[in-house]
Amino acid sequence: MTGRSPRRRTSPWRWLMYVVLFAATAFFVMPIYMMAVTALKEPAAINLDTAWQLPHVWNWQSFAEAWTSFLPKLENSFVLTLSAAALSAMLGSLNGYVLAKWPFPGSNAIFAFILFGMFIPYQAILIPLFGFIRSIGLYGSIWGLVLVHTVYGLPITTLIFRNYYLEIPDALIEASSLEGAGFFAIYRHVVFPLSLPGFVVVIIWQFTQIWNEFLFAVTLSNPDSQPITVALAQLAGGEAVKWNLPMAGALMAALPTLLVYVIFGRFFVRGLLAGSLKG
Amino acid sequence: MSWRKHTNQVTGLLVLLPSIVLVAVFVYGFIGRTIYTSFTDWGKDPSQALALHPKLHFIGLDNYRELFTGLIDSRFRQDLASTVYFTVFFIAGCLALGLALAILIDHKPRGEGAFRGLFLFPFALSFVVTGTIWRWLLQPGGGVNALPALVGLPPADFTWLTSGKQVWRFEWNALPMYAALALAAALAAIAAVTFRAGRRRRGALLALGAVALVAWGLLPGRAVRLLPFPELHGFNLAFVGIVVAAVWQMAGYTMALYLAGLAGIPEELREGAVVEGASGWQLYTRIILPLMAPITLSAMIILGHISLKIFDLVFAMAGPDNSRTDVPALLMYVTTFRGNQFAKGAAIGVILLLVVALVIVPYLRSQLKEGAGE
Repeated sequence: MTGRSPRRRTSPWRWLMYVVLFAATAFFVMPIYMMAVTALKEPAAINLDTAWQLPHVWNWQSFAEAWTSFLPKLENSFVLTLSAAALSAMLGSLNGYVLAKWPFPGSNAIFAFILFGMFIPYQAILIPLFGFIRSIGLYGSIWGLVLVHTVYGLPITTLIFRNYYLEIPDALIEASSLEGAGFFAIYRHVVFPLSLPGFVVVIIWQFTQIWNEFLFAVTLSNPDSQPITVALAQLAGGEAVKWNLPMAGALMAALPTLLVYVIFGRFFVRGLLAGSLKG
Repeated sequence: MSWRKHTNQVTGLLVLLPSIVLVAVFVYGFIGRTIYTSFTDWGKDPSQALALHPKLHFIGLDNYRELFTGLIDSRFRQDLASTVYFTVFFIAGCLALGLALAILIDHKPRGEGAFRGLFLFPFALSFVVTGTIWRWLLQPGGGVNALPALVGLPPADFTWLTSGKQVWRFEWNALPMYAALALAAALAAIAAVTFRAGRRRRGALLALGAVALVAWGLLPGRAVRLLPFPELHGFNLAFVGIVVAAVWQMAGYTMALYLAGLAGIPEELREGAVVEGASGWQLYTRIILPLMAPITLSAMIILGHISLKIFDLVFAMAGPDNSRTDVPALLMYVTTFRGNQFAKGAAIGVILLLVVALVIVPYLRSQLKEGAGE
């Protein structure tokens, strides 16, 4: 990170560059600072005039309070996110394997057919989806949301795995095939063992997307099955809010995806680039 | 070998089949169902709206007609205008900030990785989290408005999310004319490209179409009246804060796209330009930026489709019932699930889909063609 270039005189332009970079940093960090200091204040100490100041008395109570009311929602979010991410990743891996390694006439059209689902505004399917989920008795259940996120996750997971498997040399597949390995044996013994980075990218991406999702969650859940995003929006949207609570809640809702981002940053960026199709 | 390949392809198709069926039902089937619903009167009769098996009547395009020309649906028309303005500022903000940050980081400052990580982290957050924080930051009496006070200036008093001010207003009745002119401009651009590619006949035909559209727009198009009364729509200043929050969240993403592009520029190209005496400025304006054009286009399309679908950020920042910060995606939700106007909600959903498809389908086609050509 440092000392890559030989020591040289820092030009005024370089100084200017650092000034701009630090100004941008302030812009990006400011909301997080505000979230943290507000969460740590006592409700009575939250005053618009002193909003930017550090708390006089550090009040960890907000987190305890938010934790009690948000714990069930966090559990919902974890169950939903992990199940749907795992399911859509497994299906996506198989789909990607077929599309990359056993293309057949029309398989490209099928790829496009699946891919289109990634971009639609979900408002265009929300009413029938709501009716369907209700009719199969999964309205208000976390498993309804799991099903929905698995299905609408298929385009992106298929896309990422297809592009990932295209990098595996065909010769490897052909060699196993000549040795008599069938479709599933090749997947299990050749493709799957090479898939770990692909799975990391896909699961991180799906984890982030599903954890952060709101439209399906608010439409298809009830208070018992609410994911954290819905609970947070309700808490912050009420009248006469004590702002320390929503801020503590926002921090809790943000933490899992932030941790994933900090730990797996490189894989996160790969998912991001794959999402723009050029991967 | 060939026989075995064949069996494996058949197995492959069978493996794909569940996903194909799921997508066929959940994407295409449901879209079809929504389109059908939008042609009915579901919700117009309150006694039928919530029935388990509502009696529906086919009313053709009436829902769409009401949305664009009906007295009560002026909120939808303002939402359309808001989305257009929001999209323009959101894309411009993300591209400008994203490109600037990418170029700065491309200069390899100390702590390059830390800066990159800091600028990108909002992308990992939920729009609901972003919206909640910015809702607090944009309270009229505090947060951002209190910032000038920190350096001794009087505090600002802008009512970020509730401002009733509207600028850049236009007459809804003039929309056919504007639409015709915009379409003509697009046609003219395509005509120019086609002409330059050597397909003169087709280019000339397209140009002719553009001229005809201009003529129609300026003469009969001007006389078209969508509404029996004048109706002004414009850019609600209550959106400014939402644009800022959205740019805060997505500028880093744009930066990451640009950085991926910058990393793909061969070092020899840069060195060659420097050897030939190009200044740093020329290196960027003459060589690097033109190479970034495809990335800019991709970013515009991806940001554009996010912007057209924006829902959660507005919901979390300004609530679902703030008519000044309303967008069609939110109106669809409120109309359908609060107002039980299912058919009208469906119509809004279909309109959203059409607008997004207009942007996405050509993009998907070009991307897939490119991928196949590799």
